[in-house]
Amino acid sequence: MAKKFNKLAYTNLDDFVYGSCPNPVTTKSGMVIGGGVVYPEINFTLPGMDINDVTMPKAATIYSNIIEGVLKRAAELYAPGVLVEFETLPDFTEHPKYGIEINRILLNGMKEAAEKYGLKTAIRTTPNDLREFSRPPIMRSGKYWETMLELYEQCAKDGSDFFSIESTGGKEIHDTALVKADIRKAVFALGILGVNDMEFLWKHLVDLANANDCFAAGDSACGFANTAMVLAEKGFIPHVFAAVIRVTAVPRALVAFEQGAVGPSKDCAYEGPYLKAITGSPISMEGKTAAGAHLSPVGNIAAAVADTWSNESIQQVKLLSEMAPVVAMEQLIYDCRLMNAATVNGQQLMFRDLLVQSDSALDVQAYVLRPDVVMRISAELVKTQDNFLRTKLAAQLTVAELKKAIVEGKVKSDKRDMKWLDKMEKAIESIPDDPNEFYHQMKSELDMDKFIPSEYGL
Amino acid sequence: MATLNDVSQCVLDGDLNGIKVLVQALIDDGTDPIVIINDGLIAGMNIVAPLFKSGEMFVPEVMESADTMNEGMKLVKPLITDDDIPSKGKIIIGTVNGDLHDIGKNLLVMMMESRGYTVIDLGVDVKEEAFSAAVKEHKPNIVGMSSLLTTTMMKIESTIKQLVADGVRNQVKIIIGGAPVTQEFADDIGADGYSEDASTAVELCDQMMSDQSCPEELSA
Repeated sequence: MAKKFNKLAYTNLDDFVYGSCPNPVTTKSGMVIGGGVVYPEINFTLPGMDINDVTMPKAATIYSNIIEGVLKRAAELYAPGVLVEFETLPDFTEHPKYGIEINRILLNGMKEAAEKYGLKTAIRTTPNDLREFSRPPIMRSGKYWETMLELYEQCAKDGSDFFSIESTGGKEIHDTALVKADIRKAVFALGILGVNDMEFLWKHLVDLANANDCFAAGDSACGFANTAMVLAEKGFIPHVFAAVIRVTAVPRALVAFEQGAVGPSKDCAYEGPYLKAITGSPISMEGKTAAGAHLSPVGNIAAAVADTWSNESIQQVKLLSEMAPVVAMEQLIYDCRLMNAATVNGQQLMFRDLLVQSDSALDVQAYVLRPDVVMRISAELVKTQDNFLRTKLAAQLTVAELKKAIVEGKVKSDKRDMKWLDKMEKAIESIPDDPNEFYHQMKSELDMDKFIPSEYGL
Repeated sequence: MATLNDVSQCVLDGDLNGIKVLVQALIDDGTDPIVIINDGLIAGMNIVAPLFKSGEMFVPEVMESADTMNEGMKLVKPLITDDDIPSKGKIIIGTVNGDLHDIGKNLLVMMMESRGYTVIDLGVDVKEEAFSAAVKEHKPNIVGMSSLLTTTMMKIESTIKQLVADGVRNQVKIIIGGAPVTQEFADDIGADGYSEDASTAVELCDQMMSDQSCPEELSA
């Protein structure tokens, strides 16, 4: 039975802060995520190399070195705890034996750090969504589905604390929507295909997590909204379009929580603040300290209501001081120290607002992450339980919010932004409230070679 | 009376309905179809390209212009032979073995087509042998490969080795790109060029095609 979110988790904007939330999650090691302290979340990857039976021993050694190095640095700097994310490479999911081996190496490194330093740690295991390896994607069966579940299950049995994924249901249509800045198609991809797939996928993941003493943590619209962010940063699509896509992706991500996910949501899910406002669950976020992975216009504001603070990913290469993941660990720890010190001093709200103010007027994508904007839009989204209508509404409300902010001079804008917002507004208005009617309207515009309707329950 | 300048402007504006009327009017007036293509349709895209480069146009607008050009082409194509259709060159594009990222690759396909190239899109997760077979079949001037992962970038190198092993490496120029890829990596593995994104990749191809050392398109 899916959970329903029909009211906000917060009644007071001042309670909507980093480090704490109404529904914290306690890890096996006793870290209380969302219980008052912001924890660093470290992620890392291999340097350029092949993965196969011959190179796996080398890959295993690299991961072993990484976990030893980052946790040693965490202990040296008195981190209150560390969330480790193992976001697999495609080969690790396609061949679960590889992924299981690396996950065990990380778990072992965490155990050693607990024994050696008394360091609390937890691990989030994030397999790849390889279902799109089949073209058109096969979403509900087949070898990629099976290997993904096999990896999840064994990693949970071995001791993983959290499951996450960057799922891709609907991406095959959304990609076209992005490069054409077609908001109708984006709403179709997110609000019908994405939502339907999330219901199917997360029901399985939650069942699997519950059966294996693990938490289903949450998804990310990385392939959707973060792709939009990157395209906007390159000047390929308007920033306002990327900002609208960010919020339009919220109802899709919310489905994981309706199915039973409890957080912390995935670090690259910048839709996280909306999820926290609606579900009261902890969220992970990334910003300025993820600069080693990608540019973003939300470096500070992303931390405003974060419960774990992540570096996104960094490959094991040597920098002047140390290996890059160790450097990232140190940076995350100092970021978290500052935020936690502000909390201890009773200056949490002031610090949150500084994080917000330093970014929110400079880019529309930052503006839509303002806690007040998040609360305002979320309050409307919870009034309907239909995730397609929620998706349409999210797009509509964001367009209206940005138009108002630009007119009032609250956010920097491009001279073409208003034209694009008007265009989006008109297109969204043309979307019917009935998803079946919308699907029939869209059929002539869809490349039916790219997706299989039955894989989405259509 | 429709003019070639009107056609160019129509392409620039992305006016899908207007282009049909204008091109048909020029055909009816007896204008040489090749002139309509070169001095109207392609001339319009030649205005679009610098506007995109300078940030004055977004990709969706470029795509509308490209769609408009193609709409006009549909009317003139039946009037000429395939050999008369101007092409700046032929390029094979794909994301390498084990890698599913395709939005950057798709952007490159779109931009290359809109700049007058003949593009063979091999898709994603393209095996080394498939690149090689495509080179043999299509005889392109350029092969473009992309990778978004540190673990799949090495497949670019193995693909180049495959082309060498199959004796077709020297028939093509090879350009590569993707987040973990660098100029240094391109130099190390023997690629001919690297570009940071789809936009600069088009310029790189233009440069290669204007370079006399670029292999001539081979006859089938």
